Amino acid sequence: MSLNFDLPKDAELTRKVVREFAEKEIAPVAQELDDKEEFSYDLVRKMGELDFFGPFVPEEYGGSDVGYLNYIITVEEIARIDGSQAATIAAGNSLGVAPIYYFGTEEQKRKWLPDLCKGKILASFGLTEPDAGSDAGASQTTAVLDGNEWVINGSKIFITNSTTDISAICTVQCVTDSSDPKKPELSCILVENGTRGFITETMHGKMCWRSSNPGQLTFQDCRVPKENLLGRRGEGFHQMLKTLDGGRLSIGAMGLGGAQGAFELGLDYSKKRKQFGRPIGSFQVNAFKLADMATEIEMARLLLYKACWLMDNNKLNPKIAAMAKLVCSETYYRAANHAVQLHGGYGLMKDYAAERHYRNQKLLDIGEGTSEVQRIVIARQIGVPGKSM
Amino acid sequence: MKSLVCLKQVPDTETQIKVKPDGTGIATDGIKYVINPYDEFSVEEALRLKEKFKAGEVQILSVGPDRATEAIRTALAMGADKGIHINDEALNQADPFVIAKALAAAAAQVEYDIIFCGHRAIDDDFGEAGAMVAELLGLPQVTLVTKVEISEDKKSAVMERDIEGGKETVEVPLPCVVTSQKGLNEPRYASLPGIMKAKKKPIDKKSAADLGINAEPKLQARNFTMPAERQAGKRYQDMEPADAAKAVVQALRNEAKVI
Repeated sequence: MSLNFDLPKDAELTRKVVREFAEKEIAPVAQELDDKEEFSYDLVRKMGELDFFGPFVPEEYGGSDVGYLNYIITVEEIARIDGSQAATIAAGNSLGVAPIYYFGTEEQKRKWLPDLCKGKILASFGLTEPDAGSDAGASQTTAVLDGNEWVINGSKIFITNSTTDISAICTVQCVTDSSDPKKPELSCILVENGTRGFITETMHGKMCWRSSNPGQLTFQDCRVPKENLLGRRGEGFHQMLKTLDGGRLSIGAMGLGGAQGAFELGLDYSKKRKQFGRPIGSFQVNAFKLADMATEIEMARLLLYKACWLMDNNKLNPKIAAMAKLVCSETYYRAANHAVQLHGGYGLMKDYAAERHYRNQKLLDIGEGTSEVQRIVIARQIGVPGKSM
Repeated sequence: MKSLVCLKQVPDTETQIKVKPDGTGIATDGIKYVINPYDEFSVEEALRLKEKFKAGEVQILSVGPDRATEAIRTALAMGADKGIHINDEALNQADPFVIAKALAAAAAQVEYDIIFCGHRAIDDDFGEAGAMVAELLGLPQVTLVTKVEISEDKKSAVMERDIEGGKETVEVPLPCVVTSQKGLNEPRYASLPGIMKAKKKPIDKKSAADLGINAEPKLQARNFTMPAERQAGKRYQDMEPADAAKAVVQALRNEAKVI
């Protein structure tokens, strides 16, 4: 088999269609939603109608089954225009739909996936806790079996899509056995929004992705049926790692798309803006910035699409997933920085989209595994000695 | 309800058009192509008719080089069922008459209740093909249509069309040819599964010989030119306001000859 870098025809069409949607439907409202810190039900409904949810789910569960490459291009094209809406799709799929599809029982899949895949409801993934971020294994939320019910206590934080009017269910990672304190047993349990003892609170005052929905969740003797266990008991940690591997591709797509958007803004502005009697892009110091942006975006795209190809062929490994996320995040960081610099004083103003890119890029260095954690994952995978060795 | 939609692939409306140095046509390098916007209204209307009657099909018909396949695929991704692509070197420089001959010949080989054409293509702006197709097929035609209501028995239709300053409502027997105008509908986006399904939908390739057409063009494009470039403005500065006003008035009167 020969090496081939042609994108499949359907992927090119996906890009064209999503780009058109993002430019026509999202771009005109993105800044206002960001200003108001407002989650857009209207956009979620429209994106649901176009089957942006459930791209890796077979049609029998209501998904569109278009594969990871098409999914990632969808997120990329939305992020090119607006990080918040891209976050709603990326989290909705990789953190909401994915755990239920990959690990849920047949009954759980039939119950939740059809509505999730149409964007009628949203699912969230309750992993991060106030005291357990990068050290996700240190979760303190507990679930104790009492007869036929799990009793959950604890809290989660920064949980995307968890507190909207259409947030229906949360996959909550809980400690289900702590008899061995060195190796607590972790399991995931599905908790429906509205369950007694499940308290949700929308978090406000974010610097970035301001029209996405993050929530703080509290569980106070929250009781759910025993059958709400996701898959099998004790598999929570494994499920979390697998979920995050897939999630890294979609968050990588947010970095790549954002970088592309920031680059285009910078390039466009550098052609129009004149100083000292010539377009600012004609100064080598600026031309080199743009050349670097374009080069890094090309590198990031190659690595991310390779990761998608591996995922679509069931060969994705944690190393490539982490590398793709890391490269895309850091490419966005530099591209957004250059874009604002090229815009000069105007780049600091909300009237210019470069400003939003500059804020939005920061989340990618932190969310779904910080850039430091990605480097730890990569270092371990390439055989660098660990602490215990 | 069976609809046949004639569709043309045209340069994107945002394309910066450049004329080839020898004036024989436009430079096609780097041009992004899209479905002619008026044809998109046609595709959408045909899809809505199929959905309304819960039966039938939407067939796309296009004349163009290899790249026109993309436009047909996009229409299939929106939900159309199949395509016919007339791809023949001999037709690349065709005039509206030859295109209409090809479309009519292909239409004669398939079943339809209604034929949609955009009322014009935004590239050459002739606006002739739809009317000629109707004439060649001996069908009634309604032009500049903004509303289509098909009767239950699918034997006739009531349509609204744009006229100067208002609307005209007409009744027409089917089959007929309709040319779509802005305002007919708001075309849908192709959905992601629609894109995947489009890959498997058939596109029938035809040559001029397959259609038995050997038409001579009636028009020949002689030359293409760009509009004259705008002259740079003139600046009157470092003058007393009264002198500047005098100079401007003189220039407007003697040079620009507008006052």
